[in-house]
Amino acid sequence: MKKMALIATKGTLDMAYPPFILGSTAAALGYDVHIFFTFYGLTLLRKDLSDVKISPLANPAMPMPVPMPVFVQMLPGMEAMATMMMKDKMKKKGVASLAELRALCQEADVKFTACQMTVDLFEFEKSDFIDGIEYGGAASFLEFAGDADICLFI
Amino acid sequence: MNVDKELDARGLNCPLPILKTKKSLADMASGQILKVVSTDCGSVKDMQAFANQTGNPLVSQSEENGEYIFFMQKK
Repeated sequence: MKKMALIATKGTLDMAYPPFILGSTAAALGYDVHIFFTFYGLTLLRKDLSDVKISPLANPAMPMPVPMPVFVQMLPGMEAMATMMMKDKMKKKGVASLAELRALCQEADVKFTACQMTVDLFEFEKSDFIDGIEYGGAASFLEFAGDADICLFI
Repeated sequence: MNVDKELDARGLNCPLPILKTKKSLADMASGQILKVVSTDCGSVKDMQAFANQTGNPLVSQSEENGEYIFFMQKK
């Protein structure tokens, strides 16, 4: 069986998709998949995904309906608005929600490991996270990734 | 073609057509035919890649009025 090992380190909406899309698809193709979530990527394992947002700030490639100067992008509420617009667009285009993709990964036996060090660092509670995940460190990731066919840092 | 099961993947975007195809095949018997209808043009290449990697033959594929129709045989 082929193996894919991913490290998810980002907690923004745009960077949350690749690990779950690749993970669920690889599982559908028969891969054994392991995703290690560390630093801001840990947010993707929380029951409440409302902290996963997108910001137009410092993100010049983000398509905007109207050109928006940087000083406007930093106004309060802009991040929430950009996130709402992006989620709305995704829904219209038939893109799965993060929660849906994450559930599809779990259903397909994709293994999720939360970085214990970052859990301690950010003082997260295990009760903040979804069920069915493991907690480990670099050695446990490397044990799986050592003979993986695909290994990506996202 | 004799179709044993049909999957309506219209309006769904990557990777949902592939994930739903995988799920649909799961409870089918070897040799049965699954028909998939998708509106995602990316699914043309993805369904071929899915077939190549899973060994379920893509018997035929076509396009009709912006819809992509696939016939896949369960291996």
